[in-house]
Amino acid sequence: MADPKISIRNLYKIFGDDPQAALTHAKAGMHKDELLEAHRHVLGLRDINVDMQAGEITVVMGLSGSGKSTLIRHLNRLIEPTDGEVVIAGENIMDYSDAQLRALRRKQMSMVFQKFALLPHRTVLENAATPMIVDGEKRSAWEAEATKWLDRVGLQGQGPQYPHQLSGGMQQRVGIARALTSNSDIMLMDEAFSALDPLIRTDMQDLLLELQRELQKTVVFITHDLDEALKLADHLVILKDGEVVQQGEPQHILMHPNDPYIVDFISDINRARVLRARTVMRETTEDPGGLAGAVDENATLEDVIAKADGDTNLSFRVLRDDTMAGILSMTDVVKALVPTDAAEDGMRKAS
Amino acid sequence: MATYDWIFDGLGLRQWCDGDGSGGSAPMSMADLMNQTGNAPERTIWDTPFPSMDALNDACASFPQSRELTRGLERGFLDIKDALSYVLDPLTQPLSWALQNALWLFQETPWWIMIPVLALVVLAISKSWKLVAFVAGSFAALAFIDYYDYAMQTLAIIFVCAVICVALGVPIGIAMSRSDRFQGGMIPVLDMLQTLPPFVYLIPLIFLFSVTEPKLYGIAIILYAIVPVIRLTNLGIRLVDKEVIEAADAFGMTKRQKLYGVQIPLALPNIMAGVNQTIMMSLAMVVIASLVSAPGLGVLVLRGIRNLELGVGLISGLGIVLLAVILDRSTKAALARVNAAQKH
Repeated sequence: MADPKISIRNLYKIFGDDPQAALTHAKAGMHKDELLEAHRHVLGLRDINVDMQAGEITVVMGLSGSGKSTLIRHLNRLIEPTDGEVVIAGENIMDYSDAQLRALRRKQMSMVFQKFALLPHRTVLENAATPMIVDGEKRSAWEAEATKWLDRVGLQGQGPQYPHQLSGGMQQRVGIARALTSNSDIMLMDEAFSALDPLIRTDMQDLLLELQRELQKTVVFITHDLDEALKLADHLVILKDGEVVQQGEPQHILMHPNDPYIVDFISDINRARVLRARTVMRETTEDPGGLAGAVDENATLEDVIAKADGDTNLSFRVLRDDTMAGILSMTDVVKALVPTDAAEDGMRKAS
Repeated sequence: MATYDWIFDGLGLRQWCDGDGSGGSAPMSMADLMNQTGNAPERTIWDTPFPSMDALNDACASFPQSRELTRGLERGFLDIKDALSYVLDPLTQPLSWALQNALWLFQETPWWIMIPVLALVVLAISKSWKLVAFVAGSFAALAFIDYYDYAMQTLAIIFVCAVICVALGVPIGIAMSRSDRFQGGMIPVLDMLQTLPPFVYLIPLIFLFSVTEPKLYGIAIILYAIVPVIRLTNLGIRLVDKEVIEAADAFGMTKRQKLYGVQIPLALPNIMAGVNQTIMMSLAMVVIASLVSAPGLGVLVLRGIRNLELGVGLISGLGIVLLAVILDRSTKAALARVNAAQKH
């Protein structure tokens, strides 16, 4: 695999009066609860190692207090780490001066916020153009660029409005347009859709996927919503109490959770809608005969069940780019719908 | 025989007490005199005085009386007075100059220019014709009863003082919002400025400057009225939405861009509320400042009190109320426009 665009190495963040002293304890193996009890320091992040590939959507998922918002703020150093490195395109940004850091934030990164964080006294157009205005561009330049991106996110003709005149979903579209106007490679999205109602959230997710197909940015997306994470993620990182519990391809995590926390997490989701044919199929290129038809490798199990009309005796050929990649039997499909226990023994059964 | 003789006897200080002048240095109080003439009444436990400076002085003549404290302060102030006015005089001279010129400008401009100009200003900041009609009507009424000149003097003083308050107060407020330590140091000072009775400001100022100089009342008004604009600027900037500040940082704004592009505009409603309060407080102080030769409606109020001219006092008081209403409504209208432009 190519060098990762963003690489987080051995990152620690401890909040408290004397983080350096607490750091030694954390490095010696203390976890969040013990550190709080014994030393009155809050462990924000503990030994985080994540590689984020260019052009992929990396989703960091966790519940409140798991440190996910802290983590994303380390990527542009809105929060300073206690220890560790963040390497972006081969450079450790911990070594950056203030001026270099500003350049990084202006040129290479943009951010979308949970509560939109638009400037209420500026128009939608000016808000969308913020990165270019900050960079000292002329009005003629930013006006065209901001208008282009506003149009792209579906806000044609809303430029002269003020943010408070728009609905929540539209305000977040402005937030996305603002991030796109900077023309940066990396887009940080901090619970960007969490404040929106479900239908609009789905719209926005689709918009993001569509933009991503077109623009191929490196997106870091923070969420507490597993469905959203599974829908968007190329690479899924699950955080708990400031530590990475598991990371990898979402389908893989679904089939092979390695922690009871994750088992709990994934027990409530609709597996038929999330799991895909390629995850459940048996890989082979030989045709044993008697197959009932063909499905695409990215078809969800729901699609397959619908196609089989509920008949569990059937098997399908799975196609990858129109050539056969494997065989999917309906028995496997049904089995895959039962939540998996954690890989190790002694784990709590998901209820 | 005084109540606290035993303290000095016990400490072996009797000699020091009787040493110099044996009570001759401390002036005699009325009570002492009474005690000397009449027979000293029998003291019971109920009469035990608090061991104050005066009570201890009774027992030991070398111990200073309490009046020495105030006198010492006075002497200390008089000692540094010359040096202080040597520094403060040139520093505050522009204030005198500004007040004199504003007074001249406001009084020399004929009424048929002044009233329309004021109406236009009100129109520009409030965009309300109703308010403009009210303001023009009020000034016409004041002019009709021949109080126009006094009202203009008051207005000129408030204009100068309010401008200076904003020019000094907003930067101080910004500095406070940026440094917790500076804020911690300033808050007691602001508390004191706000609670010190207004008359008290005047006492040291009278010693420092000549009563004929306008800056004397100018400084008193500014010290009294600057507090709200400082406080509300500080508060306003601290209250700016954390996420918006974070967004400003995330898009690489410099400190200056953040201050002028985000913090001040978003704090503007609070700053404007501070300006409104500052103007109201300068109006209150301008009346008191008439004691030290500030011209304007306050002089008439003072005349009313001194000469028991009930009518003059009441009418000029009402005139001040009218000015207050005009200034308050105009700044509030401006504030409302700012608020409307940036509700969330």
